[in-house]
Amino acid sequence: MAETGTAASRLVMDADQIARACARMAHQVLEANRGAAGLVVLGIPTRGVALAERLAAAMTEVEGVPIPVGSLDITLYRDDLRRHPTRAVGRSRLPAGVDDAVVVLVDDVLFSGRTVRAALDALGDLGRPRAVRLAVLVDRGHRELPVRADHVGKNLPTRSDERVSVRLAEVDGVNEVTITAGPGESGDEPGRAS
Amino acid sequence: MRHLLSAADLSLAETTRVLDLAEEMAQVQARPVKKLPALRGRTVVNLFFEDSTRTRSSFELAGKWLSADVINVSAKGSSVSKGESLRDTVLTVASMGVDALVIRHHASGAPGQVVGWFEASGIDAHVLNAGDGTHEHPTQALLDAFTLRRHFRRTEPDRDTFDGLVVAVVGDVTHSRVARSNVALLRTLGAEVVLVAPPTLMPSGVGSWPVATSTDLDEVLPEADAVMMLRVQRERMSGGYFPTPREYTVGYGLTRDRLARLRPGAAICHPGPMNRGLEISADAADAAGSLILEQVAAGVAVRMSVLYQLLGGEDLPTNRGDH
Repeated sequence: MAETGTAASRLVMDADQIARACARMAHQVLEANRGAAGLVVLGIPTRGVALAERLAAAMTEVEGVPIPVGSLDITLYRDDLRRHPTRAVGRSRLPAGVDDAVVVLVDDVLFSGRTVRAALDALGDLGRPRAVRLAVLVDRGHRELPVRADHVGKNLPTRSDERVSVRLAEVDGVNEVTITAGPGESGDEPGRAS
Repeated sequence: MRHLLSAADLSLAETTRVLDLAEEMAQVQARPVKKLPALRGRTVVNLFFEDSTRTRSSFELAGKWLSADVINVSAKGSSVSKGESLRDTVLTVASMGVDALVIRHHASGAPGQVVGWFEASGIDAHVLNAGDGTHEHPTQALLDAFTLRRHFRRTEPDRDTFDGLVVAVVGDVTHSRVARSNVALLRTLGAEVVLVAPPTLMPSGVGSWPVATSTDLDEVLPEADAVMMLRVQRERMSGGYFPTPREYTVGYGLTRDRLARLRPGAAICHPGPMNRGLEISADAADAAGSLILEQVAAGVAVRMSVLYQLLGGEDLPTNRGDH
């Protein structure tokens, strides 16, 4: 797998490590929730949705009951809309009501915490969950808001100017997490890193 | 997209983006909290020089559900009734620092003229055409396309364009800005368009439009996947376009008898307000294939989508061609 990393980027998780991290997080979510009751898993587009589906599938396998899984796009809740040209809005698909549910938000990378802040605002407009949990594949630090994840696939110490790219088979055709040095001018489209 | 003046300015990609986002916005309509923060701090002015119920109220709701501040100015009760010119009115409103002006005006080309004045005065406000004379009504065409796409997706879930579909636009084409905008947008989406009207209500330059024309509704109906009935705009007519309303109905009304000539599953649209019994019968308006209420419901979602496309990003006063 090392050949997928270029000179400037370093592989930090390969497909096996991502799969093991997802399996472990699925068990942790079920353990913390004491089973699957009331769980609704919502991925934040784009790659959070693929991860949410993997987590839900893994939990379904353990518990033997289908776990509702969907997507929650947070573009319209971002705090930086006016700093960029009009952003494309992704799909939101709720599999079930969020009132009194235990919503597990899933994203690929936890960085500034601003995406999670936006997701909490979006959830609040959809209903009143009993609890909201956060599961991320990579926590790279450098929080700008008081946010922390409940379930983390890998804690990855980074410098703030490095770029963490999560690539998943469903979106990118390959499963890997890479870290790119320096002020980001990588040619690859990185996973959402905010 | 900086302004929305004409449906003809929209590419297929832009149209699809507006319709796709409108699908997301439509979900907001079904939520307990119908509010998105995307346009917080933006100000939208609805400037209506002609009467309107659905367009004005749906633009107002669209702005409010996106958290913009919306004010309505109508010609009645404003300085317009004291004789203030369009130019002075829009420059006055714009100089208060608004981000977008939604304009309906009885003169064709008025919103385009406003853009010219804004550019000459260095004003950055976005301009949306909410219907100008007999020229265009682009958000109506977008909501018609949105409603039709949903209709066709019920049987073909993957349908993104209207390739291979025939849409008949029937009635008072001459006076209809809805028809002009719909012709442009339906063609962009790939539909074949047939205009059906009595010769007196067919525009004189129609030969250069990318459409087929007919004067025989009964011949066209069995071919159409969708029928758009146009309102007979008696307020824009000085008389003499057809002998009597009864004769118009016999020739061009969507009567109960004509319903039977429609293809199974064909859609019936009308931009409203309807003249029931004139261009459309009560049976047709309330038929199973009628999308008329869906069109109204789509109005807010589509206008939310358009407002977000225009106002949702950073201010780019000089970047006119930006999408």
